[in-house]
Amino acid sequence: MSLDLWSLYTLMLKSRLLEEAIARFWYDGLISGEMHLGTGEEAIIAGVVAHLRDGDAMALDHRGTSALLMRGVDPVLILRELLGYEDGLCGGRGGHMHLFSKEHLTASSGIVGAEGPTAVGFALSAQYLRPGAIATAFFGDGAMNQGMLMESINLASAWNLPVLFVCKDDGWAITTQSKQVTGGDLGERARGLGVPAVEVDGGDVSAVWEAAGRAIESARSGQGPTFLHARCVHFEGHFLGFQLIRMVRAPFREMPGITIPLTLSFLHSGGAALHERLEGLKAVLAAVLATLRDPRRDSANDPLRRARTTLQSDTARLEELEEQVEKELSNVLSTVLAGGPS
Amino acid sequence: MRTMFFTQAIDDALGQAMADDPRIVLFGEDIPLLRRNLLVRFGPKRVRGAPISESAFLGAGVAAAMSGLRPVVELYMVDFLGVCMDALLNHAAKVEAFSGGKWTAPVVVRAPCGGGYGDGGQHEQSLWGWLAHVPGLTILVPSTPADAGGLMLAALQHDGPVIFLEHKLLSETWLEFLGSGGRRTVQFGVPAEGAKGAVPNKWEPVPIGKAVFRREGSDITIVSVGVGVHRALEAAKILETEGISAGVLDLRTVSPLDKTVVCEAVAKSGRLLVVDEDYEGFGLSGELSAVVLEAGISCKYARVCTQTTIPYARHLEDQILPNKQRIYASIRKLTQ
Ligand SMILES: Cc1ncc(C[n+]2csc(CCOP(=O)(O)OP(=O)(O)O)c2C)c(N)n1
Ligand SMILES: [Mg+2]
Repeated sequence: MSLDLWSLYTLMLKSRLLEEAIARFWYDGLISGEMHLGTGEEAIIAGVVAHLRDGDAMALDHRGTSALLMRGVDPVLILRELLGYEDGLCGGRGGHMHLFSKEHLTASSGIVGAEGPTAVGFALSAQYLRPGAIATAFFGDGAMNQGMLMESINLASAWNLPVLFVCKDDGWAITTQSKQVTGGDLGERARGLGVPAVEVDGGDVSAVWEAAGRAIESARSGQGPTFLHARCVHFEGHFLGFQLIRMVRAPFREMPGITIPLTLSFLHSGGAALHERLEGLKAVLAAVLATLRDPRRDSANDPLRRARTTLQSDTARLEELEEQVEKELSNVLSTVLAGGPS
Repeated sequence: MRTMFFTQAIDDALGQAMADDPRIVLFGEDIPLLRRNLLVRFGPKRVRGAPISESAFLGAGVAAAMSGLRPVVELYMVDFLGVCMDALLNHAAKVEAFSGGKWTAPVVVRAPCGGGYGDGGQHEQSLWGWLAHVPGLTILVPSTPADAGGLMLAALQHDGPVIFLEHKLLSETWLEFLGSGGRRTVQFGVPAEGAKGAVPNKWEPVPIGKAVFRREGSDITIVSVGVGVHRALEAAKILETEGISAGVLDLRTVSPLDKTVVCEAVAKSGRLLVVDEDYEGFGLSGELSAVVLEAGISCKYARVCTQTTIPYARHLEDQILPNKQRIYASIRKLTQ
């Protein structure tokens, strides 16, 4: 297979537009609970999923929508699932964190780290039943501290299983900066368990595609697992309506509700000495400042924009493609909304 | 008297206890931001962030409690206990028995629980029955701000492991964090009296294992915890207009159960309805029927519980969680 940036860009664009539509549903109140988007990590998903074929399996985390779409699941089914309709992908029973597609051997989980054992199990059955097939696990940097994921990397190594572990590292686990709670280097961790680790720029879809291709080939040919470590950004922060992002986007609206109780508590009698309190205050401010300076606020980190820069050499083709994808999505949306709940 | 929101009350009581007892430390994922008001009062040594390594930090909390600290370990949601249950099941709950009563683990595990806002079956479970099944664990499920703060204080003074469950539908901060923040377009069935209410100026412990009547009634005794209490009260109000007098007993503690009060009430009314947001099979509702049977009380019995995995779709979820209509229908049947 040779690299086709046009088709990778198409995958990413479809996903981006779909997730933007999901965001509108969420803001309109058509989706009730949490909503984690994968906007910003599309290059990682596209670069990996483009290599998958029948018999390959995926274990997804709480941001699984885009992987399912890119794997070929009907966007109408996905959207109708997120709207809680009976004829959605999972009958309205699962929702975005619990999307399942048996045909695509794809299972999701909202339990951080659960992708590890799931991918290992899919790979194990592949060894017996689907020779040459592989399993991928998509998870975040925070998940790397979950015991079952580390155990799974070891298990895949010990049993020489065809797994691609894909760590989508955005540097955050909700409001926690991963570097503050993570010892050592993630690639070293995998290597320590006997699994080759590859670093790749997760904003560069071509680079991800190349690296994933080599790792997947190696797994298919019986060479065992690889750990792919790809950095990315999540534009919306952890989930839609994320407090830290709201605070930096609309400080005057959001801050009073936070700073008033914070100040009262800081001044409250009974408690630590002033220097301890100041340390506490610094920690809170650090999270806000880190969000302000966060690369996720910089559109130069947008993987779609980066791919587009290359494709712009053929403006006419690019415009035609984008028009086409937008039209497809608007057809999808009218089908989804026209049907109403069933 | 002051007025507080549910989670605000818990944190306020926690603050009072932390000021009095330097052994109390808080930790868990995102705790520096989630408990930021306590962080700026008590400093980062007592309010710590943890990696997503629940089996390590919960297990560590148990041993830290055995060796002199009073840790409050927070889980993001009670559902995630699945990844670290061993620390409670095989360790916290066993130390006292294994040591011949000489050693205990006074750890408080604080976790949001419950559904009604559309997060689906892996994030909205109650699980108090599952936890209460294990001897050696104390399970608290408050339904009002005053009880929430008072029970937190009692938990911190208790000499063994306590699981303190904070229903998300009652918690202003959890709902805003998980679903309503940044938009005004969603509504949740938040019981007003549970979400906000009067609390004492100075917190006193609410005794563990003591149920309380939220409403007196002679025809039937409804027993519940958490949000279920408020759903039962809504149904009882409607039934009153139809001449049925329903009493509502709030257990507040799932384990140990206040068997005395349950039995007294059911012996008088002759009817027991359990409203339990937790799963129906092998749980609190069945346990309560055993309690009255063992006491030799004969009564009419029914239960309104969650029977299946909680569906994601809000309209389906609203039907499968105990609601006013199901409670009403069940009582009409029992009192026919
Ligand atoms: C076992 C478990 N613990 C905690 C959570 C709550 N939680 C959901 S997502 C998340 C952060 C995950 O961070 P990361 O793995 O880096 O993924 P990201 O959200 O950054 O993509 C946490 C703590 C959970 N869902 N499951
Ligand atoms: Mg992350």
